[in-house]
Amino acid sequence: MVLFHTTENTKIFLRTSADVGYNRSMLQTARPKKKKAPTEAPVHEKYLEAFRWMLLARLFEEKLASMYRGGRITGGVYVGKGQEAVSVACGIFLQKGDIFAPLIRDQAGRSAFGEPLVDVARTYLGTRTGPMRGRDGNIHRGKPREGQLAMISHLGAMVSVLVGSLMAKRGRGEKNFIGLTTIGEGGMQTGASHEGLNIAAVEHVPLVVVATNNHYAYSTPNDREFGCASLVDRARGYGFEGYELDGTDLEQCLDVIGTAVKRARAGRRPQLVVASILRLAGHGEHDDFSYVPKEIYGEPFACDCVRRTEEFIKEHQLVDSATLKLWREDAARQVDEAFATAQKEPVPNGEEEDWCAISTRDLVDKVE
Amino acid sequence: MSVTYLEAIREAQAKLLRDDKRVFIYGQDVGGTFGGAFKATKGLAKEFPGRVLNTPISEDAMVGTAIGAALEGMRPIVEMQFADFSSIALNQILNNAGTHYWRTNISVPITIRLPSGGTKGSGPFHSQSMESLYAHYPGLIVMTPATVEDAYTMLIDAVAIDDPVVYCEHKYLYYHLKADSLPSEGMPIGQARMARVGRDLTIVSYSAMLQESLIAAEEIAKEGLEIEVIDLRTVKPLDTATVLASVARTGRLLAVGESFPWGGATAEVIARVTTDGFHLLDAAPARINAKDTPIPYHPNLWSTHRPNSKVIAAKARQLLRE
Repeated sequence: MVLFHTTENTKIFLRTSADVGYNRSMLQTARPKKKKAPTEAPVHEKYLEAFRWMLLARLFEEKLASMYRGGRITGGVYVGKGQEAVSVACGIFLQKGDIFAPLIRDQAGRSAFGEPLVDVARTYLGTRTGPMRGRDGNIHRGKPREGQLAMISHLGAMVSVLVGSLMAKRGRGEKNFIGLTTIGEGGMQTGASHEGLNIAAVEHVPLVVVATNNHYAYSTPNDREFGCASLVDRARGYGFEGYELDGTDLEQCLDVIGTAVKRARAGRRPQLVVASILRLAGHGEHDDFSYVPKEIYGEPFACDCVRRTEEFIKEHQLVDSATLKLWREDAARQVDEAFATAQKEPVPNGEEEDWCAISTRDLVDKVE
Repeated sequence: MSVTYLEAIREAQAKLLRDDKRVFIYGQDVGGTFGGAFKATKGLAKEFPGRVLNTPISEDAMVGTAIGAALEGMRPIVEMQFADFSSIALNQILNNAGTHYWRTNISVPITIRLPSGGTKGSGPFHSQSMESLYAHYPGLIVMTPATVEDAYTMLIDAVAIDDPVVYCEHKYLYYHLKADSLPSEGMPIGQARMARVGRDLTIVSYSAMLQESLIAAEEIAKEGLEIEVIDLRTVKPLDTATVLASVARTGRLLAVGESFPWGGATAEVIARVTTDGFHLLDAAPARINAKDTPIPYHPNLWSTHRPNSKVIAAKARQLLRE
């Protein structure tokens, strides 16, 4: 009896590798503008700004990983290495009044959206001064009053939450706002994702969903995650407009996600963007990702987007090397400052907590 | 004029929609001309256009959407078609709504209506009482109204409360319970109600089991013994003080609930009384719950699975003899 199909050819993992590109014929529901010729000088107006956020996220997360290895962070550290280009494009187009529901690998996007780096350090260190006050940690953080929802670990849960927030804003007569949420190819397989995407289309809210296929749900490759040719095929099924892109190419990320944001803002159907990348780290820093076969690193989607962007900047002389060096130094300084500040701040104390899970104090159930 | 428990729920929602622009109702079949599987929203979609909305069969997304709307200042009421189906939404209710205030300092004012409990012939998936499960998790208030008046005022209170409320309305009471009129004010949430004064035994109950307990108490009264019956009204918070004060008078305790026996509301009542009032007890406390099996279909099985006034009276007599 054959329970499942296996092959020694690692190509089976690489379902979308051959045809990644954002002009696949079946995705013409909303075709972005034509890609510029490679020789033409750049580039998206936000290209350089985006690169600086990517660099900041990369350096910050390198510091986090190093602190984790040094035993200075409790719990886990989850980095977005390889996903910075997609993530920054998710945050950089959002405006005041928009709502962002980021996920595990979105430091670049969170920073571009306006999350102070010190709040990230505070959350990882669990200080009382951070947005989660030591009650929750690492990537489970947000400031809902400032438009950044606080993810829970259960994947897909935030899609419908964002739909509800957008409905409420529309109900009050607000205009020109959108919501953007991110998910992975792993998270796309939950019931909550399905319900959330469907209800978004039913409610016709101004929503962009950016799904990054990093080719692994923890250790499980694509062939054990889904059976369709590409996740973007689901866009049509849900009643979304869909796009597929190479998530290692910042220009494409800005172009396609920027277009999706504009279209959502213009009142078109919800937008689904599927980006292809390789997760260039473990699921968390505890994970050595030895299950990833070496062959996969030769695939185009395995390219390091930060390096690729920096090389492009150098090649096209968008800024000189002295400026690049300055940017890197500035990012490193911001990272150091964030941790230096957070490390001086108080951590919570179990004896001083009020241990109260509801805001209506006179309805607290008093039980030991 | 008389008003049923079900009409009280409809009237409470009509009042809420009329008085508070932040309120909307979200659930399967609640809108249009249909008005819900039990007609708890009948006519409301027409009276309040755009505020009583049909949803896909997506319990998780219904609650998720309500959470998102609540974060943006709305006061959503989610109607589950049956309490049983709220299991699909457990993640949103327990892990999202229930943790949100603790994690972010921002509360989530949603009300989730659960048509609960058994009616004959409804079987394993349309009969459940889930109050014990929801009460177990932090961050939620769990209401279990047992009277028409409470069905009305407590639903209005549920929407006013800034935290997530699971409102368990009993389907058996929908049509069986009537009152002359609706009150303008109810007892404060969190306070149990003395439903019947007695001196020989305290029965602590809620929802439909309160009505069964009252019938049992009247039976026993014919035998010259007076049972005190306490209606918890909310299983969370649980008004331990009122229960203890009653046990101090009677010395005997019987806790009655309709949910499954392992753990749960009745176990909690007994744990608290034995912990804080062991010295008050003249006999070992007892409890009655549904049986530890799925809820059966055939009326002969169902009526044995679910506690009723006869079983309660028998257990009460036994306790009174001890």
